[in-house]
Order: sequence, then C-alpha cells, then structure tokens
Amino acid sequence: MPRRVAVIGAGMTKFMRRAKETPKELAFEATRMALNSSGLELNDIEAVALGTAPDAFDGVHMKGEYLSDGAGSFLKPYTRSFVGGGTGVFCGAHGWWHIASGMFDTCLVVAEEKMSSAHPHPQGAFLTIFDNLIERNLGPNLVWIFALEMNRYMKAHDIKKEDIALVSVKNKGNALDHPCAQLGMKITVEDVLNSEVLAYPVQRLDISPTSDGAAALVLASEEVAKRVTDDPIWIEGVGWNVDTTIWTNRDLYYPRYVEYAARMAYKMAGIHNPPKDIDFAEPYDPFDYKELHHMEGLQLCKKGEAPILTREGVTARDGDLPTCPSGGALGVGNPIAATGVMKLCELFWQLRGEAGKRQIPGDPRTGVAQAWGDLMQVGTVVVMRR
Amino acid sequence: MAKEYPGTPLKSKDFKKALKTKYTPSAEYAWSAGQAINSFLNGLKEGRILGIKCRGCKRILVPPRAFCEECFISVEDWVELKDTGRVNTFAISYLDTMANRIKKPIIPAVIEIDGAGGNGFLHILGEVDPKKVKFGMKVKAVWKPAKERKGDITDIKYFKPLKGGD
Repeated sequence: MPRRVAVIGAGMTKFMRRAKETPKELAFEATRMALNSSGLELNDIEAVALGTAPDAFDGVHMKGEYLSDGAGSFLKPYTRSFVGGGTGVFCGAHGWWHIASGMFDTCLVVAEEKMSSAHPHPQGAFLTIFDNLIERNLGPNLVWIFALEMNRYMKAHDIKKEDIALVSVKNKGNALDHPCAQLGMKITVEDVLNSEVLAYPVQRLDISPTSDGAAALVLASEEVAKRVTDDPIWIEGVGWNVDTTIWTNRDLYYPRYVEYAARMAYKMAGIHNPPKDIDFAEPYDPFDYKELHHMEGLQLCKKGEAPILTREGVTARDGDLPTCPSGGALGVGNPIAATGVMKLCELFWQLRGEAGKRQIPGDPRTGVAQAWGDLMQVGTVVVMRR
Repeated sequence: MAKEYPGTPLKSKDFKKALKTKYTPSAEYAWSAGQAINSFLNGLKEGRILGIKCRGCKRILVPPRAFCEECFISVEDWVELKDTGRVNTFAISYLDTMANRIKKPIIPAVIEIDGAGGNGFLHILGEVDPKKVKFGMKVKAVWKPAKERKGDITDIKYFKPLKGGD
C-alpha cells in the first residue's frame, strides 16, 4: 500500500513575458516561497523532483542540473522528469512516489521555464517534435497540430468557434484576480473572433502566451505533515499515460490518453462519478479548445458537452464545476512545466481556502489538475483533497 | 491574505539590452530511415504509396512501421495502396515554419489513404481554394516528375481535390 502524501507548502513567481531573473533565480524564488509557507527548512528536505521542458528553450544543455541549486537540490537525491507539456503535473506524481514508496519523508517539487531566451521566438525549439523522416520536410509549424486537432474536434461535435472563445474570455477574466498573471484581461467573444488568424481555426486570442516563471510545492509523509501543519492537503490520486507519436493514425477529436490517466488517478482516489465527486478542475489550457477537450478526457462531462457547460456558466468560478479558477495558461501565462505546477499550487490554495480573490465559493474539498503534451499524446493527472 | 510574489518583469525595450550570444550550431543529421520507412520512401520515389498489414490486428499501417505498437509483433506484409484518399482534418496556416506571417496560406491536412481503414499521414493540399476545403473531401496525390523524386515525403508535391469525388 502506498503511504499517504500531503502537500504542506506552495510558492510561485510572477509569470512574465520576460523576467530579469535567470532560470536558476526563478527556481530559487519559487522554492524559497514554498519552503517558507511549509515551515520546513532546506535541511528538512530529503529529495527533489524537478521538471522542466526542452533544453533548447534556454540554450543551456543539461538544464535540469543547471537549475538544481535553485530547486534546493544541493547535495541531495535529485531527478528531473520530462514528459513534454505534461511535465508540470507529472512532477506532482514524481514527487508523490518518492514519499508514497517509503523512500523519503519530504520532497520538493519544482518546475521552471524561461521561454524568452530563445530569439526571436521559441518556435524553432518546438519544430523537432515532428517526425524527422516523413513530416519535417513538409515545413510544419507547431500551431498546425493544434489547428488540425481543433478543427477535427469542432467537426466531430459541430462546435462553433464562439463557444470555444468563451474559454479564453473566462480564463483571461479569472486571471485578473491572480497576482502572478501575465495576461489577465477583460475581453469579449468578438475580440477572440476578430483577432488575427494564425492557422485557421486557431486565432491569436485562442492561444496562451510564451512566459518565464517557476512554481514549487513541498510534499511530506503523513507523519511529518501532521507534525508541522493543521491543514495538510492530500494527494489522493496520480495518473499518467502516453499514446503513440503516430498521431495521424488516431482520431484527434478525443484525448484517449487523458481518459486513461484520469481513470488511473480516480481509481486511486476512489472517485466513481467525476462530475459529482470533483468540486473544481484545472485542466491544461494552452489553447482555449484544449480546456474543453481535456474536460471530456477527464470525464467531467460527456464527449462534446464541454462547450455547452461553458456556455451555461457551469465552469465559471461561481458555477457548479469551476474550471481554471486560477486563470489557467491562457490568463496566468504558460511557462510550460511551471504551468503544471502552478495548477497544482492552485489546487492547494483553493483547498486550503487561501486563494484570495480567486477563492471558489462553497468550501471545495476535491480538485483535479491535468496537463498534456508531446505530439498530442501525453496525459498527466493529480487529484488533491482536503 | 496578501502574499508577495517574487519575479521582476522586464519591458521589451529593457530586454533589447540583454546579453545575447548568437550561436549557429552545425546541426546536420544523417538519419537511418529504418526497416519500414526506408521502403515507404523508396516507394514514393517510384510514385507508389506503400502500407504494411499487421497479421495480429489486421490493420493496414500507413505510415508503415516495422512492428505493430498494439500487437507488439513484427509486421512484414507490404501492400500497395492507391494514391487517393480523404481529408480527415485540415488547417489554413498563415504562418510559415518559423512562425513568420505569410499572405498565401499553406493548407496542411491529415489524409486518410484509401484502403487503409482511416490511417494516413500529414501532407499539404494544393490546387484548391482554402474556402472550399471540406472534411471527407476526396483527394489525389500530385507527384513530382520521376526524375526529381528522391525518396522523400515531398516527392508528393501535394494532394489536390479529385474531380467527381466528393
């Protein structure tokens, strides 16, 4: 039987287009804040689980080891995990098994990303994701795969762009209440529909920004958690799953791998009826349609129903099933791996009642965070409870 | 409860003064095309689209692979497919590979190759008004002249709408 694992502290930097701080300094600031909020000191930390995306973003090879001092890893058991855009939420699972296994009693979970270093844009760093033998010579652009997937999703359920745009309106609006947000703003569906067409159906305001930032959590065994806090938040389920890179041989309208990751986490957490048993969710929203796609993968509604729930206000912060109360990647910003840990921080703050102006009404008890990545093939899920 | 969050945002103009190192790596790779894609690319050179059939799940795999990821067995039964198919999904891109804005859009699409049970690959659509591209539209490969083909995905210039198909 795995041991119970608690989250006892959280921290993050502002998310910004360009930070003055180096990647290592960003990691330090988030980690220091998480430690301060946990009441533990670095001496109390037994292991570090770090997540960060491709080295090419920073132009620093072995970026994980470079970051390690900033993540509190100096002369400690340290590992870096990487599953593309799914890395941040996966870090929660990575830290979880350090403690659940009985190997360690405390563990830092840290993620950092600095996307402003690659000039003029990190686009080039993304391109090598495409198949080197039969895709790259077609000159693909990263936005293509999102546009192809979004169009397929819209076609499968006859979804209108107006309904998808509502996600961007909601998340950027929610982010106005997040003190770390890069792109909190009040916009309308018309603003989204009138924004520049990048690769139809994807438009400028459908996309999250590139960002710099870091986020961190402190995890502890039940014994340590009960000693240092009256208010531990428990990681009750973790799940992860990967589909094939041969993405043209599967129907993009539905993320099967997210479903499998969610089912793994829900089984562990004893969740039988996700829409009822889960009070709020932080699905990964690098594009507005992805939040909807992921709500369906997370079994929070039936296939094709997510746009309807959004239109009816169910996913608003004061709705029955709030999604991305933080403001999500669309509003807070999207420093890839750090975004996933930001979502884990949001679960922690919401469940503790420490989310300030973002606090979900009604005393939420169970939250789920999810991230997604690689060639539209990775799903990572963490369930937390108070 | 008010928290102080760390981090110092820079303005665009501040960032122009940033320390920059320009470095152009000599990044040329000679990839092995492998057992399966090697034959697929040789097929393209001859103007043929090849798939491979798994004796376990009976799927026609295209792009072909040396093993079936579901059955986890080697696959060897090559089949020649038609050079026609249907548009599974598409996009209309005003961005080139490096995210530069372009006026004349590129239309990437996933093409389900006829006879492959819905499987297919990424390619580009041509000879079509972007406004007239439809899901399920019948398309046919437009090949480069035989002399110019070199065993690459670009030996097919693009797929164009098939007249009379719908």
